Amino acid sequence: MLDGNWYKQVGLGPIYEKVLGGERLSLDDGERLFACPDTVAVGALAHHVRRRLHGLSAFYVMNQHINYSNICVNGCRFCAFHRNRGEAGAFELTIEDVLAKAREREGEALTEIHIVGGCHPDLSLDYFEALLRRIKELRPGLILKAFTAVEIAHFAKREGLTSREVLVRLRDAGLDMLPGGGAEIFSPRVRSLLCPEKLSGEGWLDIVREAHGMGIRTNATMLYGHLETPRERLEHLDALRRLQDETGGFVCFIPLPFQPGNTQVEGVRPTTGVDDLKTIAVSRLMLDNLPHIKAYWVMLTVKLAQVALLFGADDFDGTIIEEKIGHMAGAESEQSLTRSDLERVIREADLEPVERNSFFERVR
Amino acid sequence: MTSFDLQEIMAGVLAGRRIGPDEAWALYEEAGCHELGLLAHRRRLSRHPEPVVTYVVDRNINYSNVCACGCRFCAFFRPPGHPEGYVLSRADLAQKIEETLSLGGTQILMQGGHHPDLPLSFYEDMLRFIKERYPIHIHAFSPPEIVYFARLEGLDAAAVIARLRAAGLDSIPGGGAEILVDEVRRRVSPNKCSAGEWLGVMEEAHRQGLRTTATMMFGHEEEPRHRLDHLFALRELQDRTGGFTAFIPWAFQPRNTAIPRLPETAVSYLRLLALSRLVLDNFDNIQASWVTMGPKVAQTALLFGANDFGSTMIEENVVAAAGVHFRLSADEIRRIIRSAGFEPRQRTMAYEWIDGDSGQ
Repeated sequence: MLDGNWYKQVGLGPIYEKVLGGERLSLDDGERLFACPDTVAVGALAHHVRRRLHGLSAFYVMNQHINYSNICVNGCRFCAFHRNRGEAGAFELTIEDVLAKAREREGEALTEIHIVGGCHPDLSLDYFEALLRRIKELRPGLILKAFTAVEIAHFAKREGLTSREVLVRLRDAGLDMLPGGGAEIFSPRVRSLLCPEKLSGEGWLDIVREAHGMGIRTNATMLYGHLETPRERLEHLDALRRLQDETGGFVCFIPLPFQPGNTQVEGVRPTTGVDDLKTIAVSRLMLDNLPHIKAYWVMLTVKLAQVALLFGADDFDGTIIEEKIGHMAGAESEQSLTRSDLERVIREADLEPVERNSFFERVR
Repeated sequence: MTSFDLQEIMAGVLAGRRIGPDEAWALYEEAGCHELGLLAHRRRLSRHPEPVVTYVVDRNINYSNVCACGCRFCAFFRPPGHPEGYVLSRADLAQKIEETLSLGGTQILMQGGHHPDLPLSFYEDMLRFIKERYPIHIHAFSPPEIVYFARLEGLDAAAVIARLRAAGLDSIPGGGAEILVDEVRRRVSPNKCSAGEWLGVMEEAHRQGLRTTATMMFGHEEEPRHRLDHLFALRELQDRTGGFTAFIPWAFQPRNTAIPRLPETAVSYLRLLALSRLVLDNFDNIQASWVTMGPKVAQTALLFGANDFGSTMIEENVVAAAGVHFRLSADEIRRIIRSAGFEPRQRTMAYEWIDGDSGQ
């Protein structure tokens, strides 16, 4: 039923041909996909690509999120998580605090600890090196996915080192991989409005390129649904696609719907389900060289994330405990999911749950 | 069922042909989620070519939570004599209606339980009290309540409907249908009216000129085939009366109930919704349920066969009792509808667009 004729009828005939032929889509193609009212047809096309890449597997990870601090010098307007030093709600964990959090879940068969925080004015690179070393000692088998490119740039600036020197020291201390955060939207226009103090889009891409060059793999994100245009979303995807052509170092792409609650971005309402599904589908179709697309249930809700597994996403993320960044901005999703919850949701979508590690290697 | 047969069935649906139980079963079991959605959306667009999604501004008023029925899936009721049982006072009722009108509301959905001590005259007086004071549509008393009132009074359902109608009842909500299969009803709601009685009340109401809706609550102890039986029973009645305005499927919410299981997932909901549109080819309107599925999935349902976003639910107690709390303003509902590519229109219970509402 979903053949070339169907796509011709909804105005996507040439795009359908390109996708089936494995040909790269242009930014104009991407705009046509965003503009097509038949979101289910776009989703079905993305699902076709997702099946070509991953069959019916839907991945998840058993992981723990730890936020070491929310104190941040950047003050991005879209962020409900950050605090100034001394402000109510500001927190900063000692290494012992972080270890205590890791110990709380010592009995669980985790494969990953995800660690991010703000750009803290005082915490030194020694602190982060010790943090990684001590966690590695405690849980030697776990993959430490820590510090966004924005944090790496901040550490470098604070220490008067190059970002490469920072990455080398952190890798020696146990860093295995970088998460994809801080990419936001690369558009300088939007960045100047939302996060003028933050590392630029070019800067983000440079640090990630450097990490990939050293063999440190990373994820990539896109924060959407604030002030950006569809074209700016597509330019963001294209920048990631070009870097991936160069390095091959990206593992997973994570589109993050902006949550306006408790932020300083006014007059913007939360993204809707159809926009979320369309963005995931278009991401799958545009990012032909990036292996995995995540349906991050913390931001989407579990219900919509399940649907997203049929609209181009192949990863459901994990059993996150104590998620703070999305929930402080009003995300209405659950705080955590058990393995059996995750597997059931995946099976109910007629897909096969596969536990993975950070690099998407099968765990079992 | 071979894939060739499935292709034939899908081609038949696209050509506008009516499907039978075997074809519906094949689609439900074998068709992909995208195919079901696209077929249902095509059907919806051929019935409603204008790109409009409707919604209603109303309030659910539960005049009482006292109920002798004791359905296992219900987190709302309190048995007679329970300290948390209540019957709403006239003053509270008036205040709730005034608030509804001040928010642009056009109707109230009024339902309660099976209260063993209230006579039919209580309900007649309540309807008259409202109608004498307020210009508001009263959508009230699901078939199980009507059957129960009839039993208490020693009347038949037709006489009860006639008396309630004379007192001001405008239409009947489709609640209490649960799954219209007696072997399921005996398990989950043994004291509630039978499937035949439910359908009989609706047929009689339609005969007396009252419009009604129909619901389905799925995902408890029924088998998938029972869901199809339910849809076909509704289609058969609708062929004879044409009195149903809309069908509203919603997923059982298990918290605080006596049926321990996990709630239906979004994909399961969307598949059933799409199938409903395909089977119920004689129903104009299929409603999405944001109250149970959340706004994101309910919006997605507008591409899986639904053409109505339901109600603003100024007040909702029954699903909330099962621990599910979503809130949406009329403004937010309009934004969600627009964002899915449709024009929002406020409607009445009869699915007429309200004049002067430009959807702003």
